[in-house]
Amino acid sequence: MSIWLPIFLSGLLTYSMRLSFIVFYGRINMPDLMQRALRFVPPAVFTAIFLPELVLSEGTLDLTLGNGRLLAGMVAILVAWRTKNVILTIVIGMLTLWILQALIS
Amino acid sequence: MLAKKDNRTQETKNSVQVEFLSGVKAELPLMIGVVPFGMIYGILALSAGLPASAAQAMSVIIFAGSSQFVSAQLFSLSVPAVINIFTVGVINLRHTLYSASIAPYLQKLPNRWKWSLGYLLTDEAYAVSIIHYQEKDDGRNKHWFFLGAGLTLWTTWQLSTAVGVFLGASVPASWSLDFTLALTFIALTVPYLKDRASLGAALSGGVIAVIAFNLPLKLGLLVAAIIGILVGLSLERKS
Repeated sequence: MSIWLPIFLSGLLTYSMRLSFIVFYGRINMPDLMQRALRFVPPAVFTAIFLPELVLSEGTLDLTLGNGRLLAGMVAILVAWRTKNVILTIVIGMLTLWILQALIS
Repeated sequence: MLAKKDNRTQETKNSVQVEFLSGVKAELPLMIGVVPFGMIYGILALSAGLPASAAQAMSVIIFAGSSQFVSAQLFSLSVPAVINIFTVGVINLRHTLYSASIAPYLQKLPNRWKWSLGYLLTDEAYAVSIIHYQEKDDGRNKHWFFLGAGLTLWTTWQLSTAVGVFLGASVPASWSLDFTLALTFIALTVPYLKDRASLGAALSGGVIAVIAFNLPLKLGLLVAAIIGILVGLSLERKS
């Protein structure tokens, strides 16, 4: 009980946020400015998710060559930009990180 | 006349199938990142003291990876339930943005579609579907693409959680497989930064997320998203 109720309520909350605009769009007027703003949701949110993973190690900024995740991430950015291939980006990024970690240790 | 109508039904059916399968196909590469993430979650939930049934149920009921990680940890620390639920809500607030962004494309669908696709609106399903919706072509059956992508992610998330929870298969930390998540988002973002405004939105969102990383409740992500969007808008106006 002590865990099930919070799990259900967390799920309900998450589901209602996912549904929110999908259900109410059309019934409320969305200002034009907001419509145009939404185009920037993917680049802003996704970069905010991945950039800290590259430049922070254990919560502090690490822009040195010893930061394997930063270098591997930069290689992955290059691969993604040139090839647009998801599998290639993940595989080459991961291989680069492993090679760097093997070199560093 | 009849034959013509049959042809058209057949065409729609084909297009539905094609869309669904392209959704599955677009989502599959992302599973390289999702599988280790799901397994790591399963292990972590058990080590946080959750029963296997609850760990798996969270994947079905909440169905949002990073919030499940945090919630499981909060259970192990026995924080009050209200704080646990509130934390999940804040971490998942970005889904409201996804919802607003994809809503215009779903407007004409019947409610049962809206309610189902809403459940499937995760980072990864949203990412490939919004790209597909923004392509300029006849989009009558694109919700089948979304469904294909969403179900692929759902199935993979449940199975990989189950492998972690029930098989106890552990992933050594030295493999750094958690990094696949960052790589997935790089692959989903970089190729689509085609103009100055989206590049500006990405860079500012990323930098703010780094600066604000230590804010409680992962609020940094939300602050970063809002500032990134505003920067994108203002750059678009200038050009």
